[in-house]
Amino acid sequence: MSVALFNALLELGDDHLILGHRVSEWCGHAPLLEEDLAMPNMALDNIGASRNIYTYAGEVEGKGRDEDQLAYLRLDREYKNCLLVERPNEDFAHTMLKQLYFSAFMEPYWQAALSSSDETIRGIAGKAVKEMAYHIRHAGEWVIRLGDGTEESAKRMKEAVEELTPYVEELFVMSADAQECADDGILPDREALRAQWNQTVANIFDQALLELPEVKYPQLGGRTGHHGEEMGFLLAELQYVQRAYPGMSW
Amino acid sequence: MYSQGLIGADGTTEETEEFLAAFQARIDREEKIEPNDPMPEGYRKTLIRQIGQHAHSEIVGMLPEGNWITRAPSLRRKAALLAKVQDEGGHGLYLYSAAETLGVSREQMTEELLSGKAKYSSIFNYPTPTWADMGTIGWLVDGAAIMNQIPLCRCSYGPYARAMIRVCKEESFHQRQGYELLISLCNGTKEQKDMAQDSINRWWWPSLMMFGPHDADSSHSEQSMKWKIKRFSNDELRQKFIDATVPQAEYLGLTVPDPDLKWNPEKNNGKGGYDHGEINWVEFWQVVKGHGQMNRDRIKARKKAWNDGEWVRDAALAHAEKRAARQTAQAAE
Ligand SMILES: [Fe+2]
Ligand SMILES: [Fe+2]
Repeated sequence: MSVALFNALLELGDDHLILGHRVSEWCGHAPLLEEDLAMPNMALDNIGASRNIYTYAGEVEGKGRDEDQLAYLRLDREYKNCLLVERPNEDFAHTMLKQLYFSAFMEPYWQAALSSSDETIRGIAGKAVKEMAYHIRHAGEWVIRLGDGTEESAKRMKEAVEELTPYVEELFVMSADAQECADDGILPDREALRAQWNQTVANIFDQALLELPEVKYPQLGGRTGHHGEEMGFLLAELQYVQRAYPGMSW
Repeated sequence: MYSQGLIGADGTTEETEEFLAAFQARIDREEKIEPNDPMPEGYRKTLIRQIGQHAHSEIVGMLPEGNWITRAPSLRRKAALLAKVQDEGGHGLYLYSAAETLGVSREQMTEELLSGKAKYSSIFNYPTPTWADMGTIGWLVDGAAIMNQIPLCRCSYGPYARAMIRVCKEESFHQRQGYELLISLCNGTKEQKDMAQDSINRWWWPSLMMFGPHDADSSHSEQSMKWKIKRFSNDELRQKFIDATVPQAEYLGLTVPDPDLKWNPEKNNGKGGYDHGEINWVEFWQVVKGHGQMNRDRIKARKKAWNDGEWVRDAALAHAEKRAARQTAQAAE
């Protein structure tokens, strides 16, 4: 098996699962009914992508682990998601900005993955690229509305930008495993997507009357399993049934 | 019946015997009543109340199941649950739109829900402490909803009937999905099967209460039947539900918590049906009047979502106004 591909797939799968988990926390509690429908859509897309990615990771590993064993039965240090996606929801401004930052990265990522040398990756990318384009649109429209809405919404939007932007850098970081897969033409080079991310976000921020701050001290650590304090609570919820009733099928 | 009322937005009209008879004749010919058609004020009010309650039930109903989304034990189940809860929100949306055709706004209805003036189904005031509840709710609660709603697909009010056709398709999917979840538990370990049995023990009676009071104690039934808003009485629907559901419980290898349940071959004109024990109406009225275990929590959660979301809704409105103003300014240049 390819250890590098397995690990790089976990980075991707964990990003999607954990972000999907976060946005799913809103279901039934959204600021308006239309968002009670839209946010579960985004959660379904993210979780759906994670399932495809984990299933493939399990195949690549070749030890018979399925999507659920990978999603549910690892220890916190073994999750490789970036810190951005595990950040708590805080408010609707933070949530939409997090979705925008992530999808503005993943859309060009999957676009590039369409020409992967690996057929399964191309298949996953084909579905995900359309979903991410929709997330950019949906979250981007909200960032614009909130940024150029009321005084309060603009203030909240600025706070979200202050708080979340330091976590963006980790999206571009190439782990040794990701680098190996990029060298083999299996997965895209993350570093190469910076310009596209900047352009997408700049275009939206321009309409939202927001400025992208310069980040002197990027927050990194998720890819090496160094998560924040909230991650343990997220995993406690995610894993609860599997841990309390081990070895059963549901 | 002779009464005064408003017809449409045009002004006051007298609801003469003639008018009511003509309306009844349309109903009897199975014509659909559409939003701009003349209708008795009582008909309009009854529908607003019923569709509003129905919409609120869908919305409040997102909470007990939403409670398990982040803890669902497999990714397949998590996705299915998310999609289900999302469907319920969608049902709320169509139903609010159907009610809006009768001249009431979604905001107004929401405020009535939050103030406690408008009701929603009593079933959602019970807690969901275990994962098995996700199966039981799909099977019993969506199952009972289908029994109630299938006849509503033929409701005399067009927009409601059409909304119900779409909703019923999704509800039957939810019901099968819930039942399939319970099959997995019942094919699993003893702990899983016990979890399923415990869940049915808690949800059986509240599900029977979803059909409402006995016919003799149901205040609005008769007129609603005449206007073909309702097609079957509460007790008839409850009986159909029991007869359909008991064999499904048996197939699961589970029991329903009613020691008086007995097959009666004479019932349903000799086709047979189940006799059942008496429902605890004290509990029913307690929950309906707002004193169930979860009533306060449900309303509190809805209020919190609504109040916390106010700045978002305000911003969306302010942005739309700014944008419109900019477009007008541009056009003027
Ligand atoms: Fe529903
Ligand atoms: Fe349903």
